[in-house]
Amino acid sequence: MEMETEYCFRHKHILGLEDLSCDDISFILQTAESFREISSRPIKKVPILRGKTIINLFFEPSTRTRLSFEIAAKRMSADTFNISASTSSAKKGESLIDTALNLQAMSPDAIIIRHSYSGSPHLLAKHINASIINAGDGFHEHPSQGLLDMMTVKQRKGTLQGLKIAIIGDIAHSRVAHSNIIGFSKMGAHVYVSGPATLLPPGIEQLGAKVCRTVEEAVTDADVVMALRIQKERQLDPLIPSWREYASFFGISSRLLEKSKPDAIIMHPGPMNRGVELDPALADGPRSVILDQVTNGVAVRMALLYLILGGDR
Amino acid sequence: MKGSSVILFQNCRIIDPANNIDTAGDMILSEGRITAVGKAGSLKLQSSEGIIFDLDGKWLVPGLIDMHVHLREPGEEYKETVASGTRSAAAGGFTAVACMPNTSPVNDSEAITALILRKAEQAKMSRVYPVGAVSKNSRGTELAEYGEMKQAGVVALSDDGRPVANSQLMRRALEYSSSHDLLLISHSEEMSLSENGAINEGALSTRLGLRGIPHVAEEIMVYRDIALADYLRLPIHIAHISTKETVDLIRRAKRNGSKVTTETTPHYFSLTEEAVGRYDTRAKMNPPLRTSEDVEAIREGLRDGTIDAIATDHAPHSNMEKDLEFELAANGIIGLETSVPLAIALVRDNLLTATQMIELMSVRPARILRVPGGSLSEGSIADVTVIDPDRKFIYTRDSIVSKSTNSPFIDWELQGKAVLTVVGGEIVFNELG
Repeated sequence: MEMETEYCFRHKHILGLEDLSCDDISFILQTAESFREISSRPIKKVPILRGKTIINLFFEPSTRTRLSFEIAAKRMSADTFNISASTSSAKKGESLIDTALNLQAMSPDAIIIRHSYSGSPHLLAKHINASIINAGDGFHEHPSQGLLDMMTVKQRKGTLQGLKIAIIGDIAHSRVAHSNIIGFSKMGAHVYVSGPATLLPPGIEQLGAKVCRTVEEAVTDADVVMALRIQKERQLDPLIPSWREYASFFGISSRLLEKSKPDAIIMHPGPMNRGVELDPALADGPRSVILDQVTNGVAVRMALLYLILGGDR
Repeated sequence: MKGSSVILFQNCRIIDPANNIDTAGDMILSEGRITAVGKAGSLKLQSSEGIIFDLDGKWLVPGLIDMHVHLREPGEEYKETVASGTRSAAAGGFTAVACMPNTSPVNDSEAITALILRKAEQAKMSRVYPVGAVSKNSRGTELAEYGEMKQAGVVALSDDGRPVANSQLMRRALEYSSSHDLLLISHSEEMSLSENGAINEGALSTRLGLRGIPHVAEEIMVYRDIALADYLRLPIHIAHISTKETVDLIRRAKRNGSKVTTETTPHYFSLTEEAVGRYDTRAKMNPPLRTSEDVEAIREGLRDGTIDAIATDHAPHSNMEKDLEFELAANGIIGLETSVPLAIALVRDNLLTATQMIELMSVRPARILRVPGGSLSEGSIADVTVIDPDRKFIYTRDSIVSKSTNSPFIDWELQGKAVLTVVGGEIVFNELG
């Protein structure tokens, strides 16, 4: 006898995985799986979002994420428009709210925003009516990346429940790490993080991660090993002495990977500094799912746009 | 200021910590002075001219003094002016405020000091005591002209908002300020640790993805400032303290005989960092809101006398500075009109006695700044405040007297309110009727 009440996705915005429940995440991943096939058709277009207007508002340079959202929207027949502002709105003299109100006046259905300041999507959501999707805000969250990472792991492992996920590198300045820690823990996986202490933020345990003093400890028996991008400018902060030293003490090598489960997979959100975060042989090897992540990115973003703009809304 | 009117207060609860008084009584103000204090029912007006207030047990206290506000004039009159800021002060029960020098231009000269005082005289609201800059343009490199500023009317020196990073300059500032008998007020912050930080560093800053300001950034500089003052055997006043360790440091220093005094603000004893919620810039200030442990320690510091004064750090900003990405938004909140109710909450919580509260908000600020007031002795200046400790009200945006509305307390139901403010015998705020 099943007494389950029917699930319904009820979010207007996607600001972060912190706002999504386990059911929401499962439903998004399921929807994304069903959309994956569209991208392998000879004619990669369905009319689900015909007549919808979607603006990509990117205040930070991005190739992969912006393109991924654009492809996702176009495969569903939405009209997309890209605004790239290399400098922040404030530096141009117009406030973010004013920029948003101007866009609002042109009646978009959704605005996908990337911004170097944490909380910018939340500010937008407070002031305008369109749906807001966070495509990365400061050091805060990057929910679509977290979702595509979970989708990739689920494809390979069948489940997320009980897996050991090791995330290595710049946890402090990585919105990808934040969304992954929140998402994977919500779905019942165990997340371990490690890296130089300068890149481990205080209180990360409260997001659901266990902190390991050594990288070795984090990857031991791991099902998934994820390396994070180290940003060049971090050297100046000063957070790491050199890329060379980082690579030899915190980079993922084949020797280190022997500690993980034999079928462990390797992930990287990109863009990768070849030879720094990850041994190039591993990145290109059979255990790497880095390109699957990119493929799944389109499916996840189609699912998000569909769930927010499609259906009977 | 010379008062022309005669005022008789009847049925007051007179709270006068300077004279160890907390009793029912009457009081007469005339010619800008307190001319008579007596038992309840004992005082009458000589002639028919004069105003009689039956206070029905409300508190009559020495005029409140806020030793740390920003009036924004000259330079940012769209946020606040001397006139609007002192009107806000009067509405909050303050008969005097000390205004910080980070105006535009910075108050590092007799000309700016004179300008502020002239505006205050025109406004005829609360008294204004300008604080001069420690360094020229508060740039932290050369000493400002303390002697000339003192002649023009500054009561203390501070580079508030732009802390003195260079220890040698701080040392020289302490020495040179002593030559002019001026108190140095330090905004103690090690900026290499706090730079680019938006909120308190900890689990919350990590969760919100905001750069944090670790509490040690405050404590390291508090320690440096006390060490320098001790070494020179000079007094120093530490502004707006916010952390547990700072309270401990100052408590220890006082025990060891340091001539250190300090203040905290209502937000540091009323709010934790959680008030930031989801990037609410009305809870963004410097130092940032801290944890509940810090709040407890600040409250204990107020109770045991480690903290000498409650100041507001009233910092008006317009929506242009606040409706922004969190990290770009300006630091600071207004506070003059919420200070009394938030402090009275501590009395209601039995943390402070009413006497202690008035010491923190009037007696000790007057002594630290060495300005008139802080006492209800016969012959004192007629700066008094009437507080209704039971009055409940909702602090609405529309009710705000200040030009700016950047407060995290908007729509809070508060209890306890200044209902009458008298400066030099003149009524500058009256909600008594």
